Amino acid sequence: MNLAVQIGGLALPNPVTVASGTFGYGVEYAQLLDLNQLGAVVVKGIRRDPVRGNPTPRLVEVTSGLINAIGLQGPGVDGFIRSYWPFLQQLKVPTIINIWGTSVEEYAEVARRLDALSGVGALELNVSCPNIKEGGAQFGTDPALLRQVVAACRAATRLPLITKLSPNVVSIVPYAQAAEAAGSDALSIMNSYPAMAIDVETRRPVLANVTGGLSGPCIKPIALKLVWEAAQAVRIPIIGMGGIQNTADALEFIMAGATAVAVGTANFYAPQTALQIIAGLRQFMRQENLADVRQLIGCARAGKGRAPEATVRHP
Amino acid sequence: MTRGGAARAPKQCAGQARTAPPPVCAPMVEQTAQIIANERDTGPYFRLRVRAPLIAPRVQPGQFVHVRILPLKHALLRRPFSVFQVAGDTLSLLYKTIGQGTEALARMRPGEELSLLGPLGHGFTVPRPDGEIPLLVAGGYGMAALYLLAQRSPRKGLVFVGGRQRADILCEAEFRALGWEVRVTTEDGSHGEKGVVTEPLRAELQRRAPGRKLFACGPTPMLRAVGRLAAEHGLPAELSLDQHMGCGIGVCLACVVPIKTAGGWEYQRTCTEGPVFDFRQIAWEAAE
Repeated sequence: MNLAVQIGGLALPNPVTVASGTFGYGVEYAQLLDLNQLGAVVVKGIRRDPVRGNPTPRLVEVTSGLINAIGLQGPGVDGFIRSYWPFLQQLKVPTIINIWGTSVEEYAEVARRLDALSGVGALELNVSCPNIKEGGAQFGTDPALLRQVVAACRAATRLPLITKLSPNVVSIVPYAQAAEAAGSDALSIMNSYPAMAIDVETRRPVLANVTGGLSGPCIKPIALKLVWEAAQAVRIPIIGMGGIQNTADALEFIMAGATAVAVGTANFYAPQTALQIIAGLRQFMRQENLADVRQLIGCARAGKGRAPEATVRHP
Repeated sequence: MTRGGAARAPKQCAGQARTAPPPVCAPMVEQTAQIIANERDTGPYFRLRVRAPLIAPRVQPGQFVHVRILPLKHALLRRPFSVFQVAGDTLSLLYKTIGQGTEALARMRPGEELSLLGPLGHGFTVPRPDGEIPLLVAGGYGMAALYLLAQRSPRKGLVFVGGRQRADILCEAEFRALGWEVRVTTEDGSHGEKGVVTEPLRAELQRRAPGRKLFACGPTPMLRAVGRLAAEHGLPAELSLDQHMGCGIGVCLACVVPIKTAGGWEYQRTCTEGPVFDFRQIAWEAAE
């Protein structure tokens, strides 16, 4: 049975990764699960300099989801290399480093710095953080800027590049195509969705930042639709993410056209989720007599599904 | 939801790390815990006892557990609670019903299961036999975070506890049973002295301050007042801070508080570097 997939030039032992910003730098989870069972470890977004992050409250729970406005707090590229890379470098599975900047030049500079490290699996370009005024989402909601960022990083590194797209656009297709045309090897779809909550007792927004990014099971149908659309518009592989918390969720993304998936918010409350999904995929493939997980990629597209009478129910 | 902090989290963990020794971590585990008892204490307060053999024996004073209330389907996050008491392979929590999570928890019955992550956080420093005399200061269910410290401290001291009314004064008898003197204040005067908890503390420190150390858990305004008293009298103080928490294990960065550094201040995590901080580290003004 084959679970291995390729994301650009990067080989993943299985298609289940974790979403940037929900898994720290991997080390925090090392006591709770065997990181080497994952498809890849994806670390929190890094920029050139350390980032203090937004004031609190930074997180609010909503029905079947969370809204966060952390503000990409992080150690900067030097701090990351010093504090976290020695641990990540020892992992047997690939590490994907999520990067961001406030200018095209900064994205390229961070990409160049990380290109010099040995053992990096891929870079994921965060052009879609909803909580940063400068940088982040502005690059992901203007196709021309998006193309510039991807092209600048492409020129700065030979590492596989994965562009993480924003859901906050009229159609994801031009953004997916712009990233592909500028040399991105893969896409991550999607980042959290801009949202807010109000405390009716204080009559004020709950988050200090007023707005934040919505994540969790409540965004899954939105993410699935974006993966579905992008998968038909580009040839590069897609990592699907948004509210995945069980095997059926992961299968939906793969059937919509994702080559791999990422578990995000579920890591906060159920740290074993990714490993449970890997076991669940194996079980599904056994039941369905599938030799290769890649047989499922995009199988829900028109004409490729199965007649209702032939279906076997899965829990 | 408040937690406690306790015992220094080791900088290097032995044991469960399967990949490599992580540079910073607390020796946490995730385990299913069966409810042994879950009963109302007074007013909106409940006492919960669970069997958690992988966690209970390792809890240090002021540490917390992060609880997934499994019947909740649309509220995703775990809830943090200070560990109140431990006995063998069981631990107890003292909680107040304040929202959908704690209300669902209060409806759970013995035999039902919770998922616990713990022990978490960096807790209180247990006093040494020849060290300062501990003065504990609690607001409401902040008492829960201080019980293990009182129990394990080789020096007995004073406990100052305050609340709005009589029903907010919890586990007073248990602290007395440990041989500690308890001074109660209520804002409405229905039990103990009328006023706020820092008033009798101030009076006590004016009478005699040297050789004392303050340990506090409660609402932020109370903690700030305790910090000011410690500063006025030149005393050490450890404060257990409460902040909205997400993951509890240091990755989501929701529960941060401003902490002084050599060059200014930075946000540190209540769940990992805290919840207990030396009052001199906290940059309160930065959060305003």
